[in-house]
Amino acid sequence: MSAVMMTRKVRKWEKLPGKNTFCCDGRVMMARQKGVFYLTLFLIVGTCSLFFAFECPYLAIHLSPAIPVFAILLFFFVMAMLLRTSFSDPGVLPRALPEEATFIEMEIEATNGNVPAGQRPPPRIRNVQINGQIVKLKYCYTCKIFRPPRASHCSICDNCVDRFDHHCPWVGNCVGKRNYRYFYLFTLSLSLLTIYIFTFNIVHVVMRSVNSGFVKTLQDTPGTVLEVLVCFFTLWSVVGLTGFHTYLISLNQTTNEDIKGSWSGKNRVQNPYSHKNIINNCCEVLCGPAYPSVLDRRGLMRDDLPVPTSAAEPATNSNPVPQTTKTTAPLIPNEHTPDDAKPSIADSANAHAEKISPSPREEKLPSLPKSSPTPTKVPPLASPETDAEASFIAKDKAL
Amino acid sequence: LPPQFHNLQELRQSPSLATKVFIQRDYSEGTVCRFQTKFPSELGSRIERMLFEDTVKTLNTYYAEAEKVGGQSYMEGCLACATAYFIFLCMETRYEKVLKKISGYIQEQNEKIYAPRGLLLTDPVERGMRVIEVSVFEDRGSSGSSPSSNVSSGISQR
Repeated sequence: MSAVMMTRKVRKWEKLPGKNTFCCDGRVMMARQKGVFYLTLFLIVGTCSLFFAFECPYLAIHLSPAIPVFAILLFFFVMAMLLRTSFSDPGVLPRALPEEATFIEMEIEATNGNVPAGQRPPPRIRNVQINGQIVKLKYCYTCKIFRPPRASHCSICDNCVDRFDHHCPWVGNCVGKRNYRYFYLFTLSLSLLTIYIFTFNIVHVVMRSVNSGFVKTLQDTPGTVLEVLVCFFTLWSVVGLTGFHTYLISLNQTTNEDIKGSWSGKNRVQNPYSHKNIINNCCEVLCGPAYPSVLDRRGLMRDDLPVPTSAAEPATNSNPVPQTTKTTAPLIPNEHTPDDAKPSIADSANAHAEKISPSPREEKLPSLPKSSPTPTKVPPLASPETDAEASFIAKDKAL
Repeated sequence: LPPQFHNLQELRQSPSLATKVFIQRDYSEGTVCRFQTKFPSELGSRIERMLFEDTVKTLNTYYAEAEKVGGQSYMEGCLACATAYFIFLCMETRYEKVLKKISGYIQEQNEKIYAPRGLLLTDPVERGMRVIEVSVFEDRGSSGSSPSSNVSSGISQR
């Protein structure tokens, strides 16, 4: 049955692998689950609305009109930072195209040499020296790349993200290289806003109680009670989180590295990215260059749709079109890497005190019998070893 | 023997892609964007070592300029923060300006140096800044295909 290829122009975001949702024709990029993000929006907008409705009229008259003005500015800044964190590309690394994946496979085979039949091949690790320290780069089986230093694969979004910090359900997106400073400014400004609203709630209640009495004040402005409740609980979590991230920034660490204990402990490497100077670290993270997105979401590409007809007319692509559909291994179906530790905001504040061990390693597939690589055949993949330490133990046993 | 390709247009439309070589990132100085200047063996017969290394070194200089944390990046950062980053809607960031320069440089290098030798550089930004992809096309001028290429059936482009 011959087919006519119908080509239509699509934006590249429609063909991107991974579990992101896109809006506004690729301009907005978020995670799939957005429920908690809507809750965040509701809480912020709701509480501020109550503040503007109940407190501001009274305080503007009796104290100063600057109070609501500053509150409005702060509110807009918080919203801008939140939307920027949620809607921007966190620093997703595009997956390797088939040629690049094959090239890397060949390199791995060349490095590992011949593995005797029945033995597990050594893990896919590349050692690089960064500022005098040895850092291990892990191979990502989903994206078919060796992850750059500090990158990690988010299983919720199914993407490798550069300088991966954590996946935050409250903002509905990963936090990575490109949006970390917006995330930090969001938590910082939200802390300020919460403290601001909380303080002026108290001031307002005190001032009103002096005139009318406490119970009548609460009856006049019921919104205040709600606001105080929300602010009280928000204060502990958000201010704590801001403090935690300030600590991380001063050491030039990510949440992911902190939780995995990458740079702590006696036998571990010292953080090779830190400038050993708090000011320099803060400047690099907060005042560094604004990295552009390497994920071309709005670029146009041709989508070939086979339309079955009697006439046969193959479409000719004069320009090489990058195929961004899922790249699968030739012999083994596409498999996901096991979860890296991905804490939510609530956990990350506590996680600093305790080190969470990496998620259990899963045995994916037994290693296939190795055939001698010929120029026309791609060598079969082996089972992934995702943790460097376990891989070293396995290597020792194999030898 | 004279090379078969004389311009970029011919190259892009040619189906005789032999292999692709990928220049990896150099992480010795941290996470800044830098590519290895080591000359890959697959290109041995196709281009002079100095020319290739010059190209990679120039690219590295461009990226270093883009990622420099200094006076200008502070100014840009503080100004942007003061406007709640709305200024990025109308202004191009310094990194984007440098990326445009790099794109122009790669185009020029392809036209002048690489296309006449049957090679084609791909801008790293199209590969996630992970690799510099060098497409090696069959040199029709020489007899048979080049011996150093590993031809895989999956590689040939439509």
